[in-house]
Amino acid sequence: MNGSGAQVRGVQQVRDPQDVLVRARGLQVHFPVRSTGLRRRRTGAVRAVDGVDLDVRRGEVLGLVGESGCGKSTLGNALLRLVEPTGGSVEFDGTDVTALDRRALRALRRRAVMVFQDPYASLDPRLTVGQTIAEPLQVHGLHPGAAARAARVAQLLELVGVDPAAASRYPHEFSGGQRQRVGIARALAGEPDFVVCDEAIASLDVSVQAQVLNLLRSLQRRLGLTLLFVSHDLAAVRHLSDRIAVMYLGRVVEVADAAELSRSPQHPYTQALLSAVPLPSPELERARERIVLTGDVPSAARVPSGCRFRTRCRHAFAPCPEVDPALQDVGGGHTAACHLHGVVGLEDPRAVRT
Amino acid sequence: MSAAAAPVRPRRNRFLAGARLLLGSPPALFAALVLVGVVLVALFDDQVAPSGANDVDVQQRLQPPGAGHWFGTDDLGRDVLSRVVLGAKVSLQVGVVAVGFSLVCGVLVGLFAGFYGRWLDTALMRLMDVLFAFPAMLLAIAVIAILGPGTTNAMIAIGITYTPVFARVTRAAVLGVRESVFVRASRSVGASDPRLLFRHVLPNALPPIIVQTSVSLAFAVLAEAALSFVGLGTQPPAPSWGRMLAEGRGYVDLAWWIAVFPGLAIVVLVLAFNLLGDGLRDVLDPQQRSALEAARARSGRRRRRTPGRTS
Amino acid sequence: MTDPVTDPVTGPAHGGGTVLDVRDLRVRVDTARGTADIVNGLSYSVAAGETVAVVGESGSGKSVSVLALLGLLPGHARVSGTAAFRGRDLLAMSEAELRTVRGNGIGMVFQDPMTSLNPVLTVGRQLTEGLLAHGRAGGRKAARARAAELLADVGLPDPRGALDRYPHELSGGMRQRVVIAIALSGDPALLIADEATTALDVTVQAQILELVAGLQRERGTGVVWITHDLGVVAGTADRVLVMYGGRCVEDGSVDDVFEAPAHPYTRGLLGALPALHDEDGADGAPAERPDLVAIGGTPPPPTDLPPGCVFWPRCPVRGDERCATEQPPLVPVRGSGPVPHRAATFYGERLQQTEVGA
Repeated sequence: MNGSGAQVRGVQQVRDPQDVLVRARGLQVHFPVRSTGLRRRRTGAVRAVDGVDLDVRRGEVLGLVGESGCGKSTLGNALLRLVEPTGGSVEFDGTDVTALDRRALRALRRRAVMVFQDPYASLDPRLTVGQTIAEPLQVHGLHPGAAARAARVAQLLELVGVDPAAASRYPHEFSGGQRQRVGIARALAGEPDFVVCDEAIASLDVSVQAQVLNLLRSLQRRLGLTLLFVSHDLAAVRHLSDRIAVMYLGRVVEVADAAELSRSPQHPYTQALLSAVPLPSPELERARERIVLTGDVPSAARVPSGCRFRTRCRHAFAPCPEVDPALQDVGGGHTAACHLHGVVGLEDPRAVRT
Repeated sequence: MSAAAAPVRPRRNRFLAGARLLLGSPPALFAALVLVGVVLVALFDDQVAPSGANDVDVQQRLQPPGAGHWFGTDDLGRDVLSRVVLGAKVSLQVGVVAVGFSLVCGVLVGLFAGFYGRWLDTALMRLMDVLFAFPAMLLAIAVIAILGPGTTNAMIAIGITYTPVFARVTRAAVLGVRESVFVRASRSVGASDPRLLFRHVLPNALPPIIVQTSVSLAFAVLAEAALSFVGLGTQPPAPSWGRMLAEGRGYVDLAWWIAVFPGLAIVVLVLAFNLLGDGLRDVLDPQQRSALEAARARSGRRRRRTPGRTS
Repeated sequence: MTDPVTDPVTGPAHGGGTVLDVRDLRVRVDTARGTADIVNGLSYSVAAGETVAVVGESGSGKSVSVLALLGLLPGHARVSGTAAFRGRDLLAMSEAELRTVRGNGIGMVFQDPMTSLNPVLTVGRQLTEGLLAHGRAGGRKAARARAAELLADVGLPDPRGALDRYPHELSGGMRQRVVIAIALSGDPALLIADEATTALDVTVQAQILELVAGLQRERGTGVVWITHDLGVVAGTADRVLVMYGGRCVEDGSVDDVFEAPAHPYTRGLLGALPALHDEDGADGAPAERPDLVAIGGTPPPPTDLPPGCVFWPRCPVRGDERCATEQPPLVPVRGSGPVPHRAATFYGERLQQTEVGA
């Protein structure tokens, strides 16, 4: 792990599917809602992440999809403790992240990093690109000495496909795609194991998105990275991911192998989400039947009882407002949190469908 | 910090290039020349001044500007030019020291209050509010009442009264920068708080602070004048522009030059500070800087281009 | 100004009357970095009941091209060409006339509903204001009733209650519905939607797309849909116009452009999109996904457009040596329907015979 200079960590380690690098259990991030006025009493909570169990396996790309406000970004941040979890636990390579002290947390920051959404905002406009990439090296005392650091910066720029001579230039001199490459180089500077990409391609143009997706994929393979790819773009997530987790209103509602999920989604929300993605083919668009959900996502400050999706679900039936469904195996490691796949106390739940 | 940055950024050259860019704009060049001039005059005031500051010559009272006395003489027959020259030191000192004091204190307070927020913000900013609530002059007088009159104490007093202004300006700017993604990004790779504060937050919060500095420099020079006028600043008979301005006020209809020349000196100095502040702000912003460089390059090309050709 | 792009006049695609007819639209702006040619000779027409999609990436000039039509560009922008809206040239109108047209004949929906709504006025106020100003309602009461009707039309639950709400009290999707209601309040013949669903989630986007399609069917409104999202185009548009570097590089019916794209840029865009669903491999299991075919480089700055084809610097094909120096004209290529399929390239038909992404 301390292989300074060794930039390619060799061929991918043999993957044990149960080799979990990041494990979240019952993870909660609640933001307090305070009353306005002098006392600012706590009146409630926005339950951005509300009891998430998630395993990220070593060496895999796990896609995390959901719509705005579902808590996917907060979850990504909480796994790195960039946002403080208010409950539950996160284990990173066996150690409890939520219990780390300041010093240990900074050590974690080398091994677990984030690539941010907006490449225009995520680079300090007053630092050169080289200074930005050198920051993790300085912070963690890697490649000490000015010359060694400069060499490492050049190497990183090359790795992400930017001319190393550009190190002395400022962010505004770069296009969005190049900036995102710089952001990736910064993230990779400390040779991390785990990278969270938080909507990393969302603000890029289509043609540039493809460049960055290709880059992420090749880096992930070459460096054996474990990637959590957080995005609202299902097609991009499908393209990059080995497995996909779907979030809705603070919960993971479905996790499956990526191809399996896009082929046979089991949760009604995933089904609606998939059917709502516009396909770039007029023929397919005419042929498909779209499940148009009614209404809006409820506020995370007022989560419905029982199943959170029931207020928009066309299959909602008797147990849904009563029982909060847990993720359950629906076959072959594919899990979904939906009563349609069996509720204790009902013979055939499908019979009660509306 | 700067040493570490050296390999990826040829600092010296950038500094020189920045200076050249700054001086390439006529207002900033003018400002720089004026300031260099004032500093030189202040340094060599004894050599520059035609006579001593307090060479009283009752025969020559209230002489208008002329060959003997370029700026005329005052009610005691002292040479106004000499007093303006000898007063430059005081005014510069007051400007730089008083504003420097409030700049350092205010920026630190604003930086910490804005960055850490919560109780620290509340505590620091309430303290600033208390300072701010007093009329500036009253506060300065109170400070001097404790420290005793004199130029140095006047500077400290003025410095204290301007501290809340800098604290507020800095805090507001910091609040904006604190939430920016690049600060989060830097934190996410493990940057410590001091690093975040002084490498990312402060440089990006700088533009309004620079503007405030140039404005405050002007006010400080005037505040010193006011304090001196009521006898709490520079003690007579030592010259300071502010005091001369104040003293000359009574003779404005009779001998305008006593007030006008020190007044002009203040105006020119303040203008120079402001122009330089504007120029600095642009050059310190990489984006503005590139735009400037591009514009310069284009205008250079245009001048060289043979007429009739278009791009 | 020599521009080899000559446009054969394209008539309205369908039987309905032409609502909007844009000819040789150009927008230039003087900037610190030189003159920016943001839109360079754009021509298209929109018939009643028809949806024309203008597709392009950021900086392609797609948004500027419609802002120019509506007189919404800053004063220093130089606009030329003609844009006949129901026979009258928008570009020749006075500000007062334009204001009438903007409220009455042309409705607009922009990307960010929060910025197109006034945060300190209730939804009702903002709706009735337009109705009253354009004399579309007798008095306050009638205007309120009409406003509630409009909100019901765009599918807002509890439209009467919504009249007294402020924009921030509504969700993004609901706000966009309000903006659409305002746009429809003048009973427009033309609706311009500029990235109108870009800020919305896919499930909400689906709702809005369905809503606009329904309203269009009922009212016969012509729609100009400006977007970067090829998926949205495929699902909503009748005709497509692909913009790059301020020029139209390809246009035609949505089927022609998507099924047999002729311009390397259009093909590049389609090839760069990741697929949602997998193709099965030989053994029935999903095939290993190949890398996306990205277009290298970035679009040229509008201050420094290449002398030949605007796409030439990034073009992976470069199928003709004239490309580097000569602007390829927009010429007909192979198409399947009554709508002419055209592409600004010297070798469009040759390219159409190969697979996209190959």
